[in-house]
Amino acid sequence: MSTKSNITFSRRAFMRTSSLAGGGMLIGFNLFQACKPKAAPPVDLSLLNYNDFNAFIKIADNGTVTIFSPNPEIGQGVKTAMPMIIAEELDVAWKDVYVEQGILDTENYTRQVAGGSQSIRHGWDALRQTGATAKQMLVNAAAARWGVDASECTVSDGVITNAAGETLGFGDVVKEAALLEVPEDVALKEPKDYKIIGKDAGNVDITKIATGKPLFGLDYKVDGMVYAAVVRPPAFGHKLVSYDDTAAKAMPGVLDVIKIGEKVRGLLAEDPSFSSKISASDKVVVIAESTWQAMKAKEAIKVEWEEETTMESTEEHDKILTDLLDGTTFKTERSDGDIKKAFAEADEILERTYESPFLPHNCMEPMNFFANVTGEKVNLAGPIQTPAWKAGLVAKMLGREEKDIHLEMTRMGGGFGRRLYGDFVLEAAEISDAIKKPVKVVYSREDDMEDGIYRMAIKYRIKAGVKDGKITAYHLKEAAVNSNMYGLIPNFFPAGAIENYQVDTANYESNITTGAWRAPYTNFLAYAEQSFFDELAEMMELDKIQMRLDLLDKVKPEEDERIQYSPERMKEVIKVAVEKSGWGTKPKHIHQGFVNYYCHNTHVAEVADVEIENGEPVVKKITCVVDCGIVINPMGALNQIEGGVIDGVGHSMYGELQFENGRPTANNFDNYRMIRMKEAPEVETHFIQNELSPTGLGEPTLPPAGGAVANAFKAATGNRLYKQPFTKTPELLKVPAKEIIG
Amino acid sequence: MPTYQIKVNGASKTVDVTEDTPVLWVLRDHLDLVGTKYGCGIGQCGACTIHVDGTAMRSCSLTLDQIDGKSITTIEGLSEHGTHPVQEAWKEVDVPQCGYCQAGQIMTASAFLENNPNPSEEDVKNAMHGNICRCASYSRIRQAVMIAAENMD
Repeated sequence: MSTKSNITFSRRAFMRTSSLAGGGMLIGFNLFQACKPKAAPPVDLSLLNYNDFNAFIKIADNGTVTIFSPNPEIGQGVKTAMPMIIAEELDVAWKDVYVEQGILDTENYTRQVAGGSQSIRHGWDALRQTGATAKQMLVNAAAARWGVDASECTVSDGVITNAAGETLGFGDVVKEAALLEVPEDVALKEPKDYKIIGKDAGNVDITKIATGKPLFGLDYKVDGMVYAAVVRPPAFGHKLVSYDDTAAKAMPGVLDVIKIGEKVRGLLAEDPSFSSKISASDKVVVIAESTWQAMKAKEAIKVEWEEETTMESTEEHDKILTDLLDGTTFKTERSDGDIKKAFAEADEILERTYESPFLPHNCMEPMNFFANVTGEKVNLAGPIQTPAWKAGLVAKMLGREEKDIHLEMTRMGGGFGRRLYGDFVLEAAEISDAIKKPVKVVYSREDDMEDGIYRMAIKYRIKAGVKDGKITAYHLKEAAVNSNMYGLIPNFFPAGAIENYQVDTANYESNITTGAWRAPYTNFLAYAEQSFFDELAEMMELDKIQMRLDLLDKVKPEEDERIQYSPERMKEVIKVAVEKSGWGTKPKHIHQGFVNYYCHNTHVAEVADVEIENGEPVVKKITCVVDCGIVINPMGALNQIEGGVIDGVGHSMYGELQFENGRPTANNFDNYRMIRMKEAPEVETHFIQNELSPTGLGEPTLPPAGGAVANAFKAATGNRLYKQPFTKTPELLKVPAKEIIG
Repeated sequence: MPTYQIKVNGASKTVDVTEDTPVLWVLRDHLDLVGTKYGCGIGQCGACTIHVDGTAMRSCSLTLDQIDGKSITTIEGLSEHGTHPVQEAWKEVDVPQCGYCQAGQIMTASAFLENNPNPSEEDVKNAMHGNICRCASYSRIRQAVMIAAENMD
């Protein structure tokens, strides 16, 4: 297997260098697209231009290397891992590398996104080539100075050595190197020679986090900044009629009470694509000198709302989704063979329906954003996964040029998909535009949970047909609120493994705002499908592992380009999980559940170990086997995996947001249950060692966790769980009395 | 608005705020000590944990009257150079993912270890159960508190 890149870059097209006025060399490069032909990195660091270059490396006269990492950091670790890849090929010691969040200039903004576990996967080739190209330029400069051939020089830890044993540091030659042509066709390292990739590196912000330094959006402050708390519609489908702010205005610290909504509606009229993400109603905003005063005064505003559209409820959604599954309004996403015929000819049929609720994201840092709209420019700052998209929308909403928008990314107190949308950015901009002051919008926890862009409720109905001991037909139907599975998901396993295969989707348009939530769709689909296979194996009296391996034997990705998962890699994670989890060899009191899954380009197998305590099943441990290709930073990777697994266990056990009369019935952590320390199982992780290109880890270990738990609970209690959260059906979590006595 | 004297991280500060202002917002908005985080405002998540005369308390649910005459320690004042054994253990284990809840976790852990220098893993789980980590870095929190326990004087 080789580490050769799949994409051919022209180095000249995606990277350029310049000498810095203050000394040193600046390399600007663009991870995803070619730079403009005339673009050049600036000679002054304050002028970093993220429109043409989305990342920069500075090599100072003293040899220290600063990498300006542009990707938004939401806790997924890219601020550490992406610079590690550059440093590896540049051949500098990791301890000599400083990482800074890319700062944005007033003319431009970044084009980077945090989402879909894609930062590392997409950055892999360009990051390596950038590091390697820069190193080659430094070597060429040193070789020219010595009058020797560059090929006789070697590099280690930022020091260039020639055949005679003479040495020059990177800092010694940066001046000359910056003036050289950018070379083409530089050699990349072999994985066996890696010194940084594959070694543990701590989070680059760890000291700041552990000492409470300002890093997050909520910590952002400028002189003269005021605070805004927003009175939002109390239910989805509500519209503002009138309000009385007399009492609020008399409260200490209250500067103003205004109404917003017109600008957002103007934007929605122009760009309806955002309409499922933000309420078009007017909202009342309290502007105050402090956060507390704004939050307090908000409660004193008397508001009259009216019902503009239907007040929806969980009970209705439940019925609507079932009706959709029973109905005929499907869109077919993939169809192989003839399921109708195969079901008609089947000896046995298994059909099951799985149900999931709405989920809030519950980022620990509630939504917030800073805006300062002036005649000259628009300054925005805060936690956002999609800075470029939001800057563009703000420009459109305020009728400004995109170049007037300056967006500063702060570290994010979690994202999980919620910070893809940036409805709060639009709010902040509309408020600042109205009051002509720098302002920070702060959501209370209640605002955050009640005005979410939720994971939608979904139901899956899966049906399989068996003939002569073989699975001959598979039909997956999805009924979802607002939107359906997309991209390659209909082509995930078991697509390709069963001759007659069909995936159909249907949706119901709700006025409740919904969107992506960590591992969209698969976060629930994995549990449904893997519970189904477990039950199918039981019906067919097959070994659960062997059945999966046999199905994978039938998959031929080389004959179907839509199939992106690798049956070979999948079989490998299954085999290793069987071995490492002690599958089938555990003492009787440990009940195990097995899942294998592919999403976000990563192959995963998980085994849950469940024990009975006080008559109820308890998840004690998850063994997780991951094939994500080359592991850049094992320390960070393990953190993502453990977090993803426990998050998956927690939400499948406890997560649920219900609606009554258009509003959520929970709005804070006293009535919404999150997994906590004592419920968190031990997670044991094993990586498949290979030299394949790396994939992301922010999402792929979450989806299988719920399935592993459900399958282990079945083993422990005899009950199949068809509804999430599992605590919703406590009667199914009881172990039959005879089992306890026995 | 009334004036209050409060003792934070060894220094005496004067603030001018309404009497119902929670200590959390006094620290964040009036004293620029933003290491203490807002998470829920009702004492359920632990992100705002501080020490009041050495005891871990939720600053979102404390008024200035309740801390009158008492000494407050925030994450910024836990140690002079960020080298408290709990902070050191946090770095060693590389606990955080997003990092937002971690100041509260560190403050809960450090107050707990002051009174329980030799905890079992069960004790640690019980002590840390009140602090939510949305990224679910629970395994590493547990590990770091156990390491810190070893290194506490």
